[in-house]
Amino acid sequence: MRRTPFSPSFWRSPLRGPWLTSVLGVVLLGGITVLFVTGLLSYAAYNPDLSPVNDKTPGKGLLGFYLFAWPTDPHWLYRLTQGVHVTLGITLIPVLLAKLWSVVPKLFTLPPARSLAHALERLSLLLLVGGGLFEFVTGVLNVQLDYLFPGSFYPLHFYGAWVFFGAFAAHAALKMPVAWRNLRRMREEERTESTAPDPDPPTVSRRGALWLVGGGSLLLFGTTVGQDVDGLRWSAVLAPHGADPGGGPGGFQINKTAAYAGISAADRSEESWRLTVTGRTGTVRLSRADLLQLPLHSSALPIACVEGWSTSDQWWRGVRLRDLAALVGHDGDPPDLFVESLQRHGSFRRAALRANQVADPRSLLALFVNGETLTPDHGHPARVIVPAAPGVLNTKWVARLTFGDLP
Amino acid sequence: MTRPRLALPLGSPLQLLLLACSFALSAYAGVRLLEGDWFEVALWFVGAALLHDLVLLPLYATADRALVRAAGPRRRRVAYVRVPAALSLLLLLVWFPLISGQVAERYGAVTDLPADRFLTRWLLVTAALFGGSALVFAVRSVRLRRGTKGRPRAAR
Repeated sequence: MRRTPFSPSFWRSPLRGPWLTSVLGVVLLGGITVLFVTGLLSYAAYNPDLSPVNDKTPGKGLLGFYLFAWPTDPHWLYRLTQGVHVTLGITLIPVLLAKLWSVVPKLFTLPPARSLAHALERLSLLLLVGGGLFEFVTGVLNVQLDYLFPGSFYPLHFYGAWVFFGAFAAHAALKMPVAWRNLRRMREEERTESTAPDPDPPTVSRRGALWLVGGGSLLLFGTTVGQDVDGLRWSAVLAPHGADPGGGPGGFQINKTAAYAGISAADRSEESWRLTVTGRTGTVRLSRADLLQLPLHSSALPIACVEGWSTSDQWWRGVRLRDLAALVGHDGDPPDLFVESLQRHGSFRRAALRANQVADPRSLLALFVNGETLTPDHGHPARVIVPAAPGVLNTKWVARLTFGDLP
Repeated sequence: MTRPRLALPLGSPLQLLLLACSFALSAYAGVRLLEGDWFEVALWFVGAALLHDLVLLPLYATADRALVRAAGPRRRRVAYVRVPAALSLLLLLVWFPLISGQVAERYGAVTDLPADRFLTRWLLVTAALFGGSALVFAVRSVRLRRGTKGRPRAAR
């Protein structure tokens, strides 16, 4: 029997034991809770209940119970919540792997079920382990633009998170009292207790193993967090946004280049490009020269992507969205806004902004960035920039603004 | 007359209730998760667990055991290979799509960043990890040797 994993003596590591599992479990309880909350916040940040164009999971039902109007203050809010979500997720990978390693013999315990409750608990572990890995794998693939998963990232990661969370909450409720007791009451000598009945001699102490896990987390954190800090970007050596695209005023992170989005120079030219603005009093068409005649304002705002990278504040200059609303009959109290890009394909070529976002004096239809005309990759001729909004709602290559009439 | 024995006892009622709640929530989200290509999504979900538990974990556990066996009586020194190897493989596991270059074309077109830097960087980080480990090993060995040389003298 010793040769098969169903025998307890098959598992030889002297490190596996209640103390190690409890430490890792408590770290994951805190970490995954933060991941879940920041993930839900990211969904809210898209304002999915405002318009179907913002919502990739329209069938969410009760799972959208908590949605609220995403604020514009502080202006770095999404940069923080999504930076934490992705950076912490990557940092927790070694802890997750170590936790799964520490409990793997339980997968093979016999008999398969001692009671109905035990049978259900083991079934729930499939949702827990499968769900946890599913969430980490889809997230890690998505930030690397590797869309291997079967379907669109948004519904898979959102619904997958809820499936996982159901199992996670039950697991935490069932196991946390024991884990907590293990950590608080265990005496030093009990910490070294092993679950292996016939352990090999140790090659590393349990503390040493924890250092390795922590070191792995630290290494991943240290080589990822630079994606969110312009001064440290060089340090994100393997993370996708750990380099700058050239120098100069437009030398900051790009989500999608003009070429990739299919925006040609002819589309953007002074002669052909016109901005169509529609509102209560009708429609006006403005060239870039016309826009330059309107009052121009500046705001310092970051770009923060759902993929977890962000830039520091860039200095944008352009026409306030609320001034454009006033131009078509919405004086004083601007309504919701529907923004359409020149882009012919791509999932966020159309986006809806809520009235509070339109009314914010820092929300601009930007024409310049860092003192220069926008570059094609940053949305020339004109782009939206809104405080605290996810990157994809800051529509580039804007063609049409419709105030007060969302699809 | 004897009552027929229950095949499986119920177990803790609190546990049953908790699990029922948990399954209800997971099922509510699960039907939505499976709305698209249900078979492939289910395959990914279950496959992730199976691939980890039955392939990835046995693979690295076997590699580690082989390493320990190869070290023979110098088991304690295994750490100097194990730690840099584990960290390097961890980076490879997490950033495999970028390091392997399988997304290079899309990555370059989307972000306007050089896509060919990841493999070189990973190799450099790996070299630094093993180099650092070798340095620590060398320093400790020297200290240890001096320590054992010094001791008899001190005893005199």
